Amino acid sequence: MATGVAAWLPFARAAAIGWMPVANCPMPIAPRDNSKKQDELIILNVSGRRFQTWRTTLDRYPDTLLGSSEKDFFYNEETKEYFFDRDPDAFRSILNFYRTGKLHYPRHECISAYDEELTFFGIIPEIIGDCCYEEYKDRKRENLERLQDDQEENMDLKMPNMNFRETMWRAFENPHTSTMALVFYYVTGFFIAVSVITNVVETVPCGATANQKDMPCGERYTVAFFCMDTACVMIFTVEYLLRLFAAPSRYRFMRSVMSIIDVVAILPYYIGLVMTNNEDVSGAFVTLRVFRVFRIFKFSRHSQGLRILGYTLKSCASELGFLLFSLTMAIIIFATVMFYAEKGSSSSKFTSIPASFWYTIVTMTTLGYGDMVPKTIAGKIFGSICSLSGVLVIALPVPVIVSNFSRIYHQNQRADKRRAQKKARLARIRIAKSGSANAFLQSKHNGLLNELLELTGTEEDEQKLTQKSISLLESQHHHLLHCLEKTTFSYGNLCRPVQQDTEDTGSYYSLRTGQDLDHHVKAHEFVDEQIYEQNCLETALQTYPSRSPSVSSHDSSTRTCCSRKRKRNVPLPNTSLPTTHSTHQGPLQELSAIHIQCGDPLSHTASRSNLNLKTDESSRINCKSGRITTAIISLPTPPALTPDGDGLHGPPQRRPPRPPSHPPPLSIQTTTSSAGANIVKVSAL
Amino acid sequence: MDAKRVETVSARVDAAVSSTDSVEDELELSAVRHRPEGLEQLEAQTRFSRKELQILYRGFKNECPSGVVNEDTFKDIYSQFFPQGDASTYAHFLFNAFDTDHNGSVSFEDFVMGLSILLRGTVQEKLNWAFNLYDINKDGYITKEEMLDIMKAIYDMMGKCTYPVLKEETPRQHVEVFFQKMDKNKDGVVTIDEFIDCCQNDENIMRSMHLFENVL
Repeated sequence: MATGVAAWLPFARAAAIGWMPVANCPMPIAPRDNSKKQDELIILNVSGRRFQTWRTTLDRYPDTLLGSSEKDFFYNEETKEYFFDRDPDAFRSILNFYRTGKLHYPRHECISAYDEELTFFGIIPEIIGDCCYEEYKDRKRENLERLQDDQEENMDLKMPNMNFRETMWRAFENPHTSTMALVFYYVTGFFIAVSVITNVVETVPCGATANQKDMPCGERYTVAFFCMDTACVMIFTVEYLLRLFAAPSRYRFMRSVMSIIDVVAILPYYIGLVMTNNEDVSGAFVTLRVFRVFRIFKFSRHSQGLRILGYTLKSCASELGFLLFSLTMAIIIFATVMFYAEKGSSSSKFTSIPASFWYTIVTMTTLGYGDMVPKTIAGKIFGSICSLSGVLVIALPVPVIVSNFSRIYHQNQRADKRRAQKKARLARIRIAKSGSANAFLQSKHNGLLNELLELTGTEEDEQKLTQKSISLLESQHHHLLHCLEKTTFSYGNLCRPVQQDTEDTGSYYSLRTGQDLDHHVKAHEFVDEQIYEQNCLETALQTYPSRSPSVSSHDSSTRTCCSRKRKRNVPLPNTSLPTTHSTHQGPLQELSAIHIQCGDPLSHTASRSNLNLKTDESSRINCKSGRITTAIISLPTPPALTPDGDGLHGPPQRRPPRPPSHPPPLSIQTTTSSAGANIVKVSAL
Repeated sequence: MDAKRVETVSARVDAAVSSTDSVEDELELSAVRHRPEGLEQLEAQTRFSRKELQILYRGFKNECPSGVVNEDTFKDIYSQFFPQGDASTYAHFLFNAFDTDHNGSVSFEDFVMGLSILLRGTVQEKLNWAFNLYDINKDGYITKEEMLDIMKAIYDMMGKCTYPVLKEETPRQHVEVFFQKMDKNKDGVVTIDEFIDCCQNDENIMRSMHLFENVL
């Protein structure tokens, strides 16, 4: 429950009277408020500055230092105040948290000092309010990055655990990690440059030789250039293969842009090798050579700036597209106009509209080559309009795009940040909600357990149980939820009647009418999501025929169990009866089982409730804590799943057993999260 | 309650400045502040002691600094107590039950009057309040449709993770049972007298009426 609205709990509880006339089940008893002392002012002396607040304000958050009994450690008897030797400025926001329910992060505070204060007072930073959360996270991340940068420099020296492949990949990605990587980096850079220069020089006409023609160098020194090309391609191929080998995810690597560039850079060479010197295909071969220029893009691995440019172009694609579109529109319009204007004049270059495109583009971009000029007056007028509008059309979007670059770039960064935080925040909210729901379920089962052990347990059991006392607020809230459960009504499922017990040996599933219904109604209950889903599964499986003979042995044992238990006259309002007529209920046996992880002193309880305890199970009692969990388990699965294949505590262990070395917490845990291998399942009926 | 002082500070400022922007007007007029009547008057009208009123008001004002709760805030607050389900429909009905003068907001007086009935009232008054809650259109009769709405709202609060699983017809069945019990002359509606009579004869209900008496 959001304890920020703790003040409204009395209201919500009072409003629960609205459910009473509708309810059919009797309501649970309300928890008693034993603390009858009046609200008092508490003085908190933080390094000399005195803060005063009501006790109930601090009690709103019982799992923090100030809200729990932990503050008693700081109580000063002489001055009758709580003294904390901490920063009073930071304490202001902490106390405001209690008052308003929102934790704010003061911007002038150092992030680590603030974190320390929060930790001291037992407040988790995740509850910082939305207004300050982004700032807090940003500062925290910066701090973390700074720390990480320092660490990384030390870390690079020692990485013994990476295997060869990972080392290689790291060397490829960060050339500064080792000398070899740096050498490799520079060598590849050099060869890229060589290759590009070769491609360029190839086409330069060398001096004339004995031949009349002025040949380009490429044709003159064919062998030399071929060797150079071969060498470069060799290096590139080796590099690509090495990267492919070292990549952690080869499929992802092959899809990445850089690898495609690599492939495109070296492919023409191999295709050229394969193809014969056929005249027909040499034209295509020449085209392929163009792709060799892509080698220059390999430089982007060496240049951070190129990568950023590429990224921003990609993210700016829509703006660029719009610019292109509007330009195209203008070009078509003006080309059409110019064509028709110049149609009349003779020897006009404007032979068709597409031919006029060239004029329009050259004019609009203010290039003005002069190879096509209008000769008619109309043409000149429209030509001048065209050039004027060209200035506008080009000049307007370009600054927009430039500013878009920077805006989109920064926005992207901020959007990513916010998205990550939003996910975390939603997770927080979800955890808080499920935490409160779980707390309710847990306390319900504790209540159940309390009742059960009251009858079957000894004094020390009860003491162990009440070790963790729930705060009054929590118990009141749970009582409220309990009342809501009781208000609801379920037809056809009958619970153990409160008054009568032994007279009805027959089916509990006969529908009764009239007054009797009141005694046999069963309320809906809150359950955990896992159990709910399991139930959904079971209702789907309900038509599954009941199986092996051991099921019937289940029946018999349940029957005996039931009858024995019934004589003990235990009213348990929350449990559903196990099916004594499971034959017609099919595999849906429902048991309320209590798992007891007993310590040694509790082992005798296991022997008392020895209806189902087997000796091999007792050997599993080995833990040292009094950790108790409860569960409502249904039994659709074949008994083969059970650890011993038989017996009432067939209920499958749906959760993987925890290793026994798990440190035993003192708290009582909820069912779905705990199940150990050393569990003694006792059927409580 | 003639002593209710609703201050619209900006309304006066607007009259002086005569701004013409209508959107701004709306925003500023909505900064309503409400101060409750004096402590003595409330003490006389309700069954709470002075100290209790103080505690109640402090909690109320903490959550709603403006002094009134509107329906959205109310739904928000109430939903926080029922994390598993959707409490907004029921909160809507509850809001209407508390907002006795139907002005769209619950002031501290409404709040404390309602609480006084629920926590310190006689059984008759409590049943009256409950009847008022169920009677959505406040016409003095609870029809099956109204009851069905209320019932669905209650079941919505449970959410979907319940055991046994909530079926579609569960609220309807519940309503049938309720009407079977309450509607003595079988005319399809439940009047206030039938309701009170029937509840007084049912010991479960009687017992549960006293459940929350020590809440404050």
